[in-house]
Amino acid sequence: MEQLRQKAFEIRKYILKSLTAAGSGHAGGSLGLADIFAVLYFHQLRHRPQQPDWPQRDRLVLSIGHVAPVLYATLALAGYFPTEELLQLRQFGSRLQGHPGREHGLPGIELSAGSLGQGLSVALGMALADKMDQNDRRTYCILGDGELQEGSVWEAIMAAAHHRCHNLCAVVDRNGLQIDGSTEAVMQLEPLAEKWRSFGWNTLEINGHHITEIKEAFAKAEMEKQKPTVLIAKTIMGKGVSTIENDYRWHGKAPSEQELPLFLNELKNSLGL
Amino acid sequence: MNEFQNKGDKASRTGFGEGVKLAATKHKQLVGLGVDITQSVGMHFFAEAFPERFLSLGIAEQNAIGVAAGLALSGKIPVFATYGVFAAHRAADQIRISLCYNNLHAIIGGAHAGISVGPDGATHQALEDIACMRVLPNMTVISPCDATQASLAVQQAVESLTGPVYIRFGREAVPDFTDEQQSFEIGKAQRLRAGKNLTIIATGHMVWEALQAAKMLEKSGIAAAVINMHTIKPLDEKACLQAARETGRIVTVEEHQITGGLGAAVAECCSSHAPVPILRLGINDSFGESGKPEELMQKHGLNSEGISAAITRWLNGELLP
Repeated sequence: MEQLRQKAFEIRKYILKSLTAAGSGHAGGSLGLADIFAVLYFHQLRHRPQQPDWPQRDRLVLSIGHVAPVLYATLALAGYFPTEELLQLRQFGSRLQGHPGREHGLPGIELSAGSLGQGLSVALGMALADKMDQNDRRTYCILGDGELQEGSVWEAIMAAAHHRCHNLCAVVDRNGLQIDGSTEAVMQLEPLAEKWRSFGWNTLEINGHHITEIKEAFAKAEMEKQKPTVLIAKTIMGKGVSTIENDYRWHGKAPSEQELPLFLNELKNSLGL
Repeated sequence: MNEFQNKGDKASRTGFGEGVKLAATKHKQLVGLGVDITQSVGMHFFAEAFPERFLSLGIAEQNAIGVAAGLALSGKIPVFATYGVFAAHRAADQIRISLCYNNLHAIIGGAHAGISVGPDGATHQALEDIACMRVLPNMTVISPCDATQASLAVQQAVESLTGPVYIRFGREAVPDFTDEQQSFEIGKAQRLRAGKNLTIIATGHMVWEALQAAKMLEKSGIAAAVINMHTIKPLDEKACLQAARETGRIVTVEEHQITGGLGAAVAECCSSHAPVPILRLGINDSFGESGKPEELMQKHGLNSEGISAAITRWLNGELLP
């Protein structure tokens, strides 16, 4: 538990460092997902950082490619590649593309993605393949809440329930914000949990920063043997840095060189370090 | 010179479907995806033979392409077919990012290509699919000339390609005239007829019509070579340049807009290395409409008479704007 909190802190630290080095990128969503990524990569996923193509590995599809910094920071901390490489985020010739790109060879990237609304369908294809092969590994898909305004996501939601893909677990980053403002003002999503439930999903609503709640929800998802599971994870965009928290203007912004030490300091203090 | 005989009319969608089933017999990792019009696009041969490897996904093409990507990332070879208008356009972004950017081995069948679809009219007649698919990096685009080659094309696409593939085929029964034994190789054009005055480069069902047109032209003393350009991407550039250099004139024929399709691809290729006059025959910036296939082909000059007449007028300088 303490260890996972520590991991989440380190993930946030590297998100800020890499974004500052890049000079652009998406701080808000990346910071908001750090706790969930800490639980996934340091507790929940069966994976081998030294053998990224291990056939028995659980797979994680990042549908919201713009929060690549949280994935990169987590993968580096898990040992997929050196943390120094995180400072090459978004640079020419770098393996750390602005949105994940498999062809650039970064280990641990399951899908090149960045056009919203596509990831859940791909994750569903993976889950269906595993069902056919009777491979008991699991597929996870990280979705944004604003992304759910894309109609094709609901095609995938319908199909996953139809095919009883209990080996599929979606996580919705429910921070309530998108580029133009609050999701409810831009295009209402509520009642969101009811929508997923009525489409046939095992739907769990959790606090996306509460390590224990996150762990328990993933465990519950694994117990479900009929329906796919979605965790609607209530998060704070920019969590950990008060300047960024809940400010939609930080959706697609990076800290400046001047801001970085202040932000890192705040992170440390919040952890009581 | 080879004379091609019609072995009997057969729809290329049937050939495609038979090819999928044959490929599936050999390749256990082949998975079929259906979006409600399974029989109409020839996928029922596979679905009936291998129900455990057939996934019904409902009328939801965008999701189907994503599912295909996920299957391909899991070692499967997904084959997804629907009407070309829906395959190439409804799911265009999914094809671009989930399939092409990830460079995944998946076969997309685009059925009901061209106006020969007939009475269903404009919404169901794919006339821009080649254009949209051939600009995508990593994509292979195939437009087989008959049922025999539609079957060979999908089998070869499953067996020897490694990236995304778009195969377009027609609805109507049309002459099935190629030989199964004849060497069909994706990316390699077939010169079906020699001639010194010009070369007709055709694709899809138009290859048969081009062969008949060449016979008509012969009677008026025009020796037209005919090339079956079954693969539009990667284009057999050597064959195009050879045709340009040897015959000095090229005519392209396709059941597709004359912008963006086969004609455009041939013109792009020749303009760099062997610029010769090129007449592009096809659909000229219009939608299709209802009618009997033969009525529509007649209207757009896409039968042998129309092709030979256009060529004659072109040679006489009558098509100048």
